[in-house]
Amino acid sequence: MSEAGQARVVLVGNPNTGKSTLFNALTGLRQRVGNYPGVTVARKSGTCELADGQKVELVDLPGLYSLAAVSPDERVVVDALLGRVKNERVPDVVVVVCDATNLLRNLFLAAQIAELGLPMVIAVNQMDAAKTRGIEIDGPLLSYRLNGVPVVLLSAWKGEGITEVRRAVATGLRQKSTFPTVTWPDAIAKAVATVALAAERDTHQPVPGALAQRLLFDTAPTIAEAIGWTAEAREVPIRQAREQVRSSGLNPPAAEPMVHYARLREILEGVVRGVSRETATVAVDAILLHRIFGPLCFAAIMLGLFWSVFALAKLPMAWIQQGVDLTKAFAASYLVSTPMLQSLVADGVVGGVGAFLTFLPQILILFLFVGILEDSGYMARAAFIMDRLFSWCGLNGKSFVPLLSGFACAIPGLLSTRTIEDPKARLATAFTVPFMSCSARFPIYALMCAAFIGPRYGAFWESVAMVGMHVVGLAVAVPTAFILTRFILKVRPAPFVLELPRYQMPKPRDVIWRMWQNASEFVSKAGTLIFAITFVVWALTYFPRDPAVAERVRAESPQMNAEQVEARVQAAYVEQSWMGRFGKSVQPVFDPCGFDWKLTVGVLASFPAREVIVSTLGITYSLGEGSDANSEDLRSAMREAKWTEGSRVDTPIFTLPTVLALMIFFALCSQCGSTVATLAQEAGSWRWAAASFVYMTALAWIFATAVYQIGSKIL
Amino acid sequence: MVSLSKLLPGQFGKVVSLNAERAVDQRLMALGLLPGMVVKVVRRAPFGDPIALSFGGIEICLRDIEARDILIDIAADCPVPRPRKKL
Repeated sequence: MSEAGQARVVLVGNPNTGKSTLFNALTGLRQRVGNYPGVTVARKSGTCELADGQKVELVDLPGLYSLAAVSPDERVVVDALLGRVKNERVPDVVVVVCDATNLLRNLFLAAQIAELGLPMVIAVNQMDAAKTRGIEIDGPLLSYRLNGVPVVLLSAWKGEGITEVRRAVATGLRQKSTFPTVTWPDAIAKAVATVALAAERDTHQPVPGALAQRLLFDTAPTIAEAIGWTAEAREVPIRQAREQVRSSGLNPPAAEPMVHYARLREILEGVVRGVSRETATVAVDAILLHRIFGPLCFAAIMLGLFWSVFALAKLPMAWIQQGVDLTKAFAASYLVSTPMLQSLVADGVVGGVGAFLTFLPQILILFLFVGILEDSGYMARAAFIMDRLFSWCGLNGKSFVPLLSGFACAIPGLLSTRTIEDPKARLATAFTVPFMSCSARFPIYALMCAAFIGPRYGAFWESVAMVGMHVVGLAVAVPTAFILTRFILKVRPAPFVLELPRYQMPKPRDVIWRMWQNASEFVSKAGTLIFAITFVVWALTYFPRDPAVAERVRAESPQMNAEQVEARVQAAYVEQSWMGRFGKSVQPVFDPCGFDWKLTVGVLASFPAREVIVSTLGITYSLGEGSDANSEDLRSAMREAKWTEGSRVDTPIFTLPTVLALMIFFALCSQCGSTVATLAQEAGSWRWAAASFVYMTALAWIFATAVYQIGSKIL
Repeated sequence: MVSLSKLLPGQFGKVVSLNAERAVDQRLMALGLLPGMVVKVVRRAPFGDPIALSFGGIEICLRDIEARDILIDIAADCPVPRPRKKL
């Protein structure tokens, strides 16, 4: 939404042209990130000062190769150029960012946009890469051939030519020169007019020629659906128009690129000189895409990434944890006279926000590394290597990044599904991401392994259990994706056309800036929800609070020291709280998994955020607050826990089958409010989020029951 | 005339026709893969699919199944590499 009187300038261009680098260079830090109405496409805009001092609104549109839109990102570009986005008018000037090493192919998009009749500026970026390849470009000649459309040669990465872009945009706004439109063969011109008329009649809105061209040429129905031209209404007029084109000896979808490319070759005659030399990319790919070294390098890079995420985040996570504990202690001592407020602030507010902030370092590091891999050009290679392993179950190579991110946290994984063009593969990927063993599952695995598996079976089996828990999610996710894409979404394998861009040194500013934007989106999205849910769970475990309970416990245990008594009082309160009562009444449901009421309370309280399980167990096992996975007290209290009723009375609760069942349950269950909310947003409906929740939870119960029942029989 | 998916890594030829009714092919044509364009199969992915193609100075990857409908005239001076051994 531009300020009144401010001109609107948009940046469009192919992916990998350095468009975002140019955008960052033009706007500096004066950027806003939002969403386009109704779709999960990020809208990046900022203020840019032109050479004449005039301030304009600059919008960075998603990268695309052609206006023949398939994905939501591409549709947004078409909508924005046509002025069809709500509350946005048609841009005053379009800056088409081109890759100098491939001007012909990049100008195809410019030629399509020319049909809209908008004033244009051509920014030929990556001149540095062109020079090393031996390519020279005659900017003034190109500008002359394009009816005076300003042409700037620049290298945004090196910061060269940015001032010239500011000047060219100012010129473009003043001159309003347009890229000359193509002369269509008569048959096409007539067919476009026919389609425009029919579309105007059916949809009751003006259909300009450029839009009618999309309707005529595009094999995907994206644009037709966007303007609300129904399949029944458009079928006959579009088929007739295509027949018209065909009878003149042209093939409608092929005619558009053929006409454009033929003319662009003429325009570029003498503009681009020199032959492209082979570059380092070819040599690097010979190793990184080698059939044996390729997968090895891939595995090494991924292991390195994971190791970094966990190892580098350790220290800052410990700091945040300490900070949270200190704040808690401070708040608790400050509010000691009002116990309810004390508990609300210390456990509800600080505890809730703290639990969430602890994961922030991991997420920042993950975003940083993913950004580096993307900008360097390796991510496309990773997708190329991995595609075969994903394609059979209806996902594609691009599903790999979201799934990988899911091992740190599902939220960034879900957000990165946006790069998948095929909507169904995108949905299937989003559905499988929450199965990846995120770092919030780690504390319960660590507690169970350290308390039960390690002491009894040794360090080897402890690490086997750890790795096994990380594999189990993946093992369930893959068949899930297969069933989902094959029988429910019924997708044919998604078309997979992916450019392998040349390798490039990532620009630190761009990578850090994007990491920051992603992280703030994560905080605003997950933070508020986690906060709200923690509050509800706090209230359920705090109320009701009858002083008689405390008196009874104190009377029952006169010989204990004050601290132990206080812990038992807290446990008694939890037992008779709404959550405790609910846990007890629901316990029969979890009985087949081998969970007693305390574990049941732990499981129920962890539905909003699974990482609270350890601290909840700390409370229910009378150890007071602040228990963590390394707490020896908690481990021994759990080892001594026995069934108090039923057929298993006086036998230990935590047998190997229970321990494994509990770990499996946490591996598979949908216990994360923010994931459910993000999934709903990315899938565009709560139905998918609800389906994911029910499916994962049911699966978790079934697997946990199977493990416990079979384990109890054979062990 | 052979299908693009039949070309071995290192082989190249001229595009004869694409299946213009598919969205994938429309995307390929937008990238410049038009009849008459010389296209080279650079390599196959380590696990056999997809294949990496180079044409007009860019490299893209495409699944075997999508390459099947693209017909190629193998160039007369095209090398005949040894077929890759099965792993």
